[in-house]
Amino acid sequence: MEYSQWDWDVGKRVIADVNQWRNAFNRVEEPYVSPDGETIAAIVEIEEMVFSVCENGVPWENQFDKIWYLRFGPDNVPSALVSSDAAWTVATAGKPWENQFDFVWNMQFGTDGKYITVAAQSAGEYFAVTNDTPWKQKYPTLNNLTISKDGKNSAAVVQTRPFNSGDIFAFQQGCYSVAVNGKIWDTNFLNLWEMSFSPDGRHLAAEARSTLYDYTIVADGAPWNKTFSSVWKPKFNPIDGSVSAPVKGPGGWTLACNGEALWDKAFLQLWHHQYSADGKTIAAIVVPRFGQWTIAVNGVPWPETFDNLVTDLVFSPDGKRVACSARTQGKWTIAADGRRWKNFFDMAWAPVFSPDSRHVAAKVEKDGRFFIAVDGRVLRQTFSALWEPIFSPDSTKLLIRGIEDEKTGQYCRYVFKLSDLV
Amino acid sequence: MTKHSVTDVIGIPDEGIDKGAEKLTPEKITRVIRKLLDEEGGARLKVYMETCVHCGLCSEACHFYLSNDNDPKFAPAGKVKQTLEHIIKKKGKVSVAFMKRACEVAFTECNLCRRCSMYCPFGIDIAYLMLFVRRICHRLGMVPQYIQDTAHSHSATMNQMWVKEDEWIDTLQWQEDEARDEIPDLRIPLEKPGADVFYSVIGPEPKFRAQLIYQAAVIMHAAGVDWTMPATPGWDNSDMCMYTGDQEMVARLKKVHFEAAMRLKTKRIVMGECGHAFRSVYDVGNRLLGWKMPPLRLMHALEFYYELFRDKKLTVKQKYEVPVTLHDPCNVVRGGGLHEMARHVIGETCTEFIELHPNREHNYCCSAGGGVINCGPPYAKKRVIGNRVKAEQLAAAKAKGAKTIIAPCHNCHGGLEDIVKYYELDMEIKFLGDIIYECIDKGQPED
Repeated sequence: MEYSQWDWDVGKRVIADVNQWRNAFNRVEEPYVSPDGETIAAIVEIEEMVFSVCENGVPWENQFDKIWYLRFGPDNVPSALVSSDAAWTVATAGKPWENQFDFVWNMQFGTDGKYITVAAQSAGEYFAVTNDTPWKQKYPTLNNLTISKDGKNSAAVVQTRPFNSGDIFAFQQGCYSVAVNGKIWDTNFLNLWEMSFSPDGRHLAAEARSTLYDYTIVADGAPWNKTFSSVWKPKFNPIDGSVSAPVKGPGGWTLACNGEALWDKAFLQLWHHQYSADGKTIAAIVVPRFGQWTIAVNGVPWPETFDNLVTDLVFSPDGKRVACSARTQGKWTIAADGRRWKNFFDMAWAPVFSPDSRHVAAKVEKDGRFFIAVDGRVLRQTFSALWEPIFSPDSTKLLIRGIEDEKTGQYCRYVFKLSDLV
Repeated sequence: MTKHSVTDVIGIPDEGIDKGAEKLTPEKITRVIRKLLDEEGGARLKVYMETCVHCGLCSEACHFYLSNDNDPKFAPAGKVKQTLEHIIKKKGKVSVAFMKRACEVAFTECNLCRRCSMYCPFGIDIAYLMLFVRRICHRLGMVPQYIQDTAHSHSATMNQMWVKEDEWIDTLQWQEDEARDEIPDLRIPLEKPGADVFYSVIGPEPKFRAQLIYQAAVIMHAAGVDWTMPATPGWDNSDMCMYTGDQEMVARLKKVHFEAAMRLKTKRIVMGECGHAFRSVYDVGNRLLGWKMPPLRLMHALEFYYELFRDKKLTVKQKYEVPVTLHDPCNVVRGGGLHEMARHVIGETCTEFIELHPNREHNYCCSAGGGVINCGPPYAKKRVIGNRVKAEQLAAAKAKGAKTIIAPCHNCHGGLEDIVKYYELDMEIKFLGDIIYECIDKGQPED
C-alpha cells in the first residue's frame, strides 16, 4: 500500500500481543515492524531446530532449518534469509525463491521494495542475486555489494586475477575490479571499497587504491586523473551527474569533484557527504579541530561541535535544513540547523524530517526506556520497544510504532496529531 | 637457562624486504625519507630525537637486550642509533643495504612494547620512533613478507585472515549451533539493532580459535548481556597495518569497525582478549581519524569481565584449582591500565595466584607483539632467543608452583607458546575467558 494510503486516522490500535508468542514457541527473537506499522514479525523456533517467522501472531506456513536477518522492505513485506537441508535462499512473506545457494547474506531492498538483492556463494563462487536471478558471471570473492536506488542494478568488488597465498607482489599488481550486474570493468586495482550508483542507476563510482600509496575515485571504470593519500565514498550530484568525494591531501581532508577541489576548506576529517535533492547544497560530517565533530554545509562548519561523534546526517526534503544525531560528553543528542537539542539521551536514532521540512522527530532512549522526541521536545509516553517515527504525507500527523509495556507485550500503532504533540 | 647465540638471527632472508630492496635506488630512498620527514616528522619526532642523551637507562628495560647478553645492538637507544638517528643525520642519504638492516631492526628486533619509555628519564616513546622507521619502510615498499600479506588481507577483506564475508557469518552460526548442544537457548545475535554490546574479535578467532567465540557467547548468555555481532565487515578489530606503517589503511579499518557499531546503535564496543587491537582502537586508529578517544564507550575483555564479576552478573560454580600466574599484556596494561581488573577476575575464579616478577606495567613483553610474530616463521627463533628473560621469569613462577599462564592477549598467547616450548617449561597457557568459561555457573540444569 502506498505511503499516502496508510491508515492516518488519529488513534491507537493494538496490532499484536508479542508476549503470547513466547508461550506458543520455543524461542522468539527480537521483533521487527513494517514501515506502515501494520505488521510486527519475529523469527520463532517452533520446535527444536525448526524455524519460521511469526507475523502478527501467525507463523509462516513454510518452516526452515535456520532463519536469520529478518527485515521489512519499504513495501511493508517481510523477507528473511532461510535455509533448508543446508541450502540457503531468500523468503519473502514466507515464500522462498526457487534458486538455492550455499550461502546468502547482505540483503538489500530497492526504494519501493520490489527488488531484493543478496550476496551469494555456491561451490566457492561468488555473485549477487536480484529477485531470484543470479548474475551470470561468478567470482572467487565478492565484497561491498551495492545496489542502485531502485534496486534493479547491483555491483560488487570482485577478484579478477588469481594470486597465491603470501604472494605480496602479485597482489600489488592489482587483482580486483568491480562487477556491475555481473560484468567487470576493464581495469584492475589493488583495492576497491565503497561505491555509489548514480540516481538513475546507470553509472557507478568507487573508492580505489591503485598502488599501496595512491588513492583515487573510479567512475564507470575510469579513474580520476589525480591521486590522493586517501579518499572516502563518492557520491553523484543528483542533477548534473558529476561525482564528488572526500579526498585527503597535504592540508587535510576536503571535497573534490571529478578530481578538482570543490570546497576551499580542509578539515581533519570529512566524510558521509550528501547532496540536497536539488543538488545545490552539500553537507558533510567534518572535524574542524582535533576531537571536535560537526556538520559542514557547503564547506561552512556549524559553530556547535561534539566531542564523541556525529552520525546519521540527513537533509530535509526541501534541501534547506540538515540534521544529525551526535554524541558528546558520553551522551547522545539530536542537532538540526547547527543547534543541538537541549536534551541528552543514552542513545539517539537517525532524525526524521517531515515532508514539509518543518519538523524533526527521532527515536531516543534513556534509562532503558524509549521515547519519541519532536523538535527537541520529548513526548511523555514511554515504550519498552520502539521504532523510528514517520510523518504523514501532509506533515500534520506522526505515526509511532511501539510496545509500551514489556509485561503486556502489546505492540500498538499510534497516530498523533502533530499539533497535539508540539 | 640455556644461552643461545644471536649471530644466526641477523640478516634473515625475507622476500618482502629483499625484493622490495631490489626496486630501490639511493635517490628514491632519499626522496621518500625527506618527504616523510617534511610532512610527518613534526615536533614529536624532533623532541624525542633531540632529547635523548644516550644515557642507556632504556637498555635494561628491553628483553631483546637482556636476552642477548646485553648486546648494545639490541638496546632501545641502540636501535634508534642504527636506524632513525643515522637517517636523520644523513638527511635520508642512506644506502639500500642500510635500509634493509633498518627494516629488520624496526620490524623484528623491537616489539613496540614501550617498556623502555618507562625507564627513560625523559619518557621518550621509542616505540614511536621505531614506528616511524616502519612508516619509512612501508613507503619504500620493503616490509617483511608475512606481515605485508596480512596488511593486504586487511585491505581486501577488512580482516587480517582473508576471511570472506560468508565464512565469518557461517562460523558464528556454526558456533551457535555447537553451543546450543550445551545451552539450548543460547544465541549469537547477528545484526541485532540497539543491543547494548557490540562484540568484536580479531581475525584469527573465526579462522583458528572459533571456540573463543563459543565461550564468549556462553559468558554473555550466563551474564544476561544484550549483545550482537555484525554480519558485515567491521567485526575484526585487529590491525596489522598499524605495525606495517600503513596509516591510511589503519584509518580505513577503524572507520569500518566503529561505523559497524554505530550503524547498529550499540552503546559500547566490547573487544575480545587482544592487546594490539586494543591499542589500535583505543589509541592509534581513533586518533588518526580525528577522535581524541573512541567515539563509543570501548571496553577490552578484561574490563568487561571485571564489570560482570563486580556487578555479580556471573557466579562461580567451581574455582579453577590449578595454580595460575598472569602475563600482563603490554597494550592493555602499560597502554590501558587494566592490570588490577585482571587480578580481580583471577581472584574471583582461581584458587591460587602466583605473581610473575616483574609484573603489571613492568612486566616483560611476550616478544610476539608489535607485529613481530606476524613477520612469520623466518623470525620465530630470533624472537624466542630474544626473550630468554621471559622464560626465566616464567620458570621462577613455575618454581613457586604456577602451572597455568593466563595471557589475555592473542599475540601473547602465540609468543608464550613458542617460549614455553623452546625453553621446555611445560606450562599451560590460557585466556582469561577459558578460565571463566570453565568456572562459571552456566545456568543449565545438571543431567
